[in-house]
Amino acid sequence: MHGVRNAAPWLLSPFLMIMGVFFAAPLLLVVGYSFMTAHYPGGVEFPLTLDAYVKIFYDTDFDGNKVFDPSFLLICWKSLKLAGLCTILCLRAGFPMAYFMATRPPQQRNLWMMLVTIPFWTNLLIRTYSWILILRDEGLVNNILMSTGITSSPITLMCSDFAVGLGLLYSYLPFMVLPIYANLERMDWRLVEAASDLYATRWQTLRKVTIPLTMPGILAGSILVFIPSIGSFLAPQLLGCGQQMMLGNKIENLFGQGGDWPFGSAASVALMIIVMIGLMIMSRRGGIKELV
Amino acid sequence: MILKTMSSGLVIQTVSKTFPSPTGPVRAVDNVSLTIQPNEFFTLLGPSGCGKTTLLRMIAGLDIPTSGSILLDNQDIAPLPAYQRPVNTVFQSYALFPHMTVTDNIAFGMKMQGKPKTEIDKAVKEALALVRLDDKGERMPAQLSGGQQQRVALARALVNHPKILLLDESLSALDYKLRKEMQIELKRLQRETGITFIFVTHDQDEALSMSDRIAVMEKGNVAQIGTPQEIYDRPATRFVADFIGICNFVKASSLGLNDNCDIGFRPEDASFTVGRGMGKGNIRHINYRGAVTHYIIELEGGETITLSEDDPQNVEVNDAVSLVIPPERLIRCTA
Repeated sequence: MHGVRNAAPWLLSPFLMIMGVFFAAPLLLVVGYSFMTAHYPGGVEFPLTLDAYVKIFYDTDFDGNKVFDPSFLLICWKSLKLAGLCTILCLRAGFPMAYFMATRPPQQRNLWMMLVTIPFWTNLLIRTYSWILILRDEGLVNNILMSTGITSSPITLMCSDFAVGLGLLYSYLPFMVLPIYANLERMDWRLVEAASDLYATRWQTLRKVTIPLTMPGILAGSILVFIPSIGSFLAPQLLGCGQQMMLGNKIENLFGQGGDWPFGSAASVALMIIVMIGLMIMSRRGGIKELV
Repeated sequence: MILKTMSSGLVIQTVSKTFPSPTGPVRAVDNVSLTIQPNEFFTLLGPSGCGKTTLLRMIAGLDIPTSGSILLDNQDIAPLPAYQRPVNTVFQSYALFPHMTVTDNIAFGMKMQGKPKTEIDKAVKEALALVRLDDKGERMPAQLSGGQQQRVALARALVNHPKILLLDESLSALDYKLRKEMQIELKRLQRETGITFIFVTHDQDEALSMSDRIAVMEKGNVAQIGTPQEIYDRPATRFVADFIGICNFVKASSLGLNDNCDIGFRPEDASFTVGRGMGKGNIRHINYRGAVTHYIIELEGGETITLSEDDPQNVEVNDAVSLVIPPERLIRCTA
């Protein structure tokens, strides 16, 4: 008994080390940088200051006065909006997909699982590039539209919120489908029969029984989609042509060309706070739905 | 009683159900016809795989018959989906909604039908009282014992005043003592509500003690329909005789009868004597069981039979005896 208890810290140490090196240390570094002074064109120096956080709201004009500048906040808002929209669309598209998969005969389900995970076999960068081939003026969509005579000149699809949103939806849909599928597959389908025996139409059964019982999967999927999409970098860069900037691009810009590491760190902290607020809203809404 | 409902007969006409399977289609229910009277406690009895549950699910609307019709109040309900049928089910697994309180579980059916809230509240309260769970309304199903969950499932079905209540092996998950209590409870509920109960079980004791009539099923067919006494005393087939209670089957010649089929008799219908009787044999084993004593007797032809006597007889193992069976207690089965 004694030996086992003494061994516990040793057995935990690999986990604690991994958490420390890969989780706590980078996070502390980012938070620490955000309170330091910028050293152009890269790096940080003392003294400690709140300048980086001031820059989130204010810009300094030629006379050295602080003026309110909403550009960063607008980027935050746009990121939040696109990530939120992406999460909702992924849910709308992913739930029926997961439902379809979970209601196939068991031997067919693995095949569907594999089909959903096929995109992961290719790098996200390459897959995002291929969307350019589909969406650009001389791309697949416009070729079809023009050759069938629906339009005479190409419709501009690239470099828009639409293209970015589509790219996000495409990238993160599997992250919504898989947790919901895992949840639905475990579900007791006899409860669905019981609901239909108790006068519930298929729609009522879905709303009152299936969705509430799938809430853990829906919540997990939403978190897995929302977090990477709000900090997404590739889709806005490639499909938004760098014009539809999201938080991820702004942060990349600050650490790269902008050379303002403290502001970049403060922007990262801001991103984390937005994610946390988003998660709180989601879990609260999920909680309420579960009780209905 | 407030829950009293006018119920009407159910007519099942030439209903069949075929399921696809890797080894070819399986006929789970084969051309079954039967009529269930209003307010009847009707039992579908048979071994597992005999089609009784499939038949029940077709009445509930959870399975669609391959052919045939199901008439309730002279209306064919076979094409109706489950949620449009005035029929409710108590599932073997209870199938209570784990994310709802007991009250919400019971109110579910009425809510789905869009009944007014005051009516639902009143009905749920009555249903809770009917199954004696008045103080458990705010519990979650997981916080209840098996027997309590069973009663919630009953209340959830009965609260809707169905024309027919279907019970799918509903007592089999309970332990012996609780099962006996629930059997009495079910009979009480059926009397008080006046609802037709259709009960599926593989337990012959349960079927005999609760039913007004029993349909014994075998391989998708109905082997016999009758009152418990008819089925026990005059089983139509050897399968029925074997399935309900214990039945000895011996060659007619072993009993000194001139017939080329097997003859059956119940252990309690036969007795033995050291004098003259129908067939000769030796006592091989005496099994004292308290209320009765079982005598295992080997007949001269080598067949072994069991007799039961209320009082221990003055015999010993290896004693030679003869059987005495009243002729009207002999079972001559057609098959």
